[in-house]
Amino acid sequence: MIRIENLTKSYQSNDEKLVALNNISATIGSRELIGIIGSSGAGKSTLIRQLSLIERPDSGTIWLDDIDLFKLRGKDLLRMRRELGIVFQGYQLLEQKNVFDNIAFPLQIINMPKSKIKEKVNDLIQLVGLQGKSAAYPAQLSGGQKQRVAIARALASSPTLLLCDEPTSALDVVTTKSILDLLVKIHQQTNVTILIITHELSVVKAICERVIVMDDGYFVEDGPVREVFYQPKHEKTKLLMSYLEGTL
Amino acid sequence: MTQLLIKGSLDTIYIVSMSTLFAIIGGLPLGVLLTIWKKDGIVPFVAGERVLGSIVNAVRSVPFIILIIALFPITRFIVGRAYGIQASIVALVIGAIPFVARLIEAALLEVDDGLIKAATTMGATPIQIIFKVYLVESVPSLIRSVSLTMITLVGYAAMAGVVGGGGLGDIAIRYGLHRYQTDIMFITIIIMVLMVQVIQSVFNFIADRLDHRRT
Repeated sequence: MIRIENLTKSYQSNDEKLVALNNISATIGSRELIGIIGSSGAGKSTLIRQLSLIERPDSGTIWLDDIDLFKLRGKDLLRMRRELGIVFQGYQLLEQKNVFDNIAFPLQIINMPKSKIKEKVNDLIQLVGLQGKSAAYPAQLSGGQKQRVAIARALASSPTLLLCDEPTSALDVVTTKSILDLLVKIHQQTNVTILIITHELSVVKAICERVIVMDDGYFVEDGPVREVFYQPKHEKTKLLMSYLEGTL
Repeated sequence: MTQLLIKGSLDTIYIVSMSTLFAIIGGLPLGVLLTIWKKDGIVPFVAGERVLGSIVNAVRSVPFIILIIALFPITRFIVGRAYGIQASIVALVIGAIPFVARLIEAALLEVDDGLIKAATTMGATPIQIIFKVYLVESVPSLIRSVSLTMITLVGYAAMAGVVGGGGLGDIAIRYGLHRYQTDIMFITIIIMVLMVQVIQSVFNFIADRLDHRRT
């Protein structure tokens, strides 16, 4: 379970103070498949940076089960980072390493024995459907295949939370569909909680059970996808939905 | 005469290879430090980066021929004398280390910042990021840096020849300049041009072969 508690983060630029996250709270249960949606500037990236423990908030915190993530220091912080699964925006693969070594990276940094790494990585390659691509380098892969590598890598550490930052924004419609199908499959087959942060309504609509709408640093709406999409309450959600009307 | 030129060539090859080797051993860690100590680097240490950067710039701004002479006492201390092959290697290494440090720094800074951030987020330690990300992802650039260093050192080694440093530069000065044997000077130039061409092609070939960014 993840509990975001009164999280506030602001940035100082010149004389202006920009509040990127404004006292946001939410509880995400284990095994949820949840989307956080917002247009650019809504605070999505800031939220990702807090969730991935790259930045510290001004106040408030995030609990993972009974661990206060921002109380972690040194070795404990490192261990927690190794336990989170993150699919980064823009793949972020090692260009000079093949598919196998990219997926193995999180396991190599915890010094897992080679034989165990091999077993685990081969399982992951199966899971994401990259059989036969083990020795290929990222430059030889399509966007969808690169994203599969990134997902497999994020799952390597057997995380309880899989955080996906704009997982399909660089992909075409057909590939997006296949990546979303993969996420659903992973959600069904493993016990992982999946949190997708995106600006694409169609992504949330396609696979999420619950959605949180972000606007201007606030969580403005939070509920089951059907409810939020068909009976939007907040102005921002209504506006977002109006863009989608044609496709609903 | 032929023997003289062969010996000179071998000496130059030896001087250039050895000084490249030691310049990389010295310059690589400095290049890494210059990269990771930056304000937004993985181990920010701005004061350290400034001091190191200034030292590197200071050494690089001294013309090499003057640096060799200025280094005489140090060279004498390390190898026992200020002239000859060993002495030129010492001077070349000291002169080339800052150059190599900047080349390595430039190569490492080419690595996508997003990838470095991703590695940090995945829980890689700074040491792991250096050895498993920076130095792995920049291999082709690093190979090209080695060739650039060697080529620069072919030229520097010839300058070291002016003060009795051995090798082709020494021959060109002693025979070509002091004895007006322009033919010898001409041949040494051709040999050096060939050396540079060979180094460039060999290392380009290796760098291309090791670069997996091409399909």
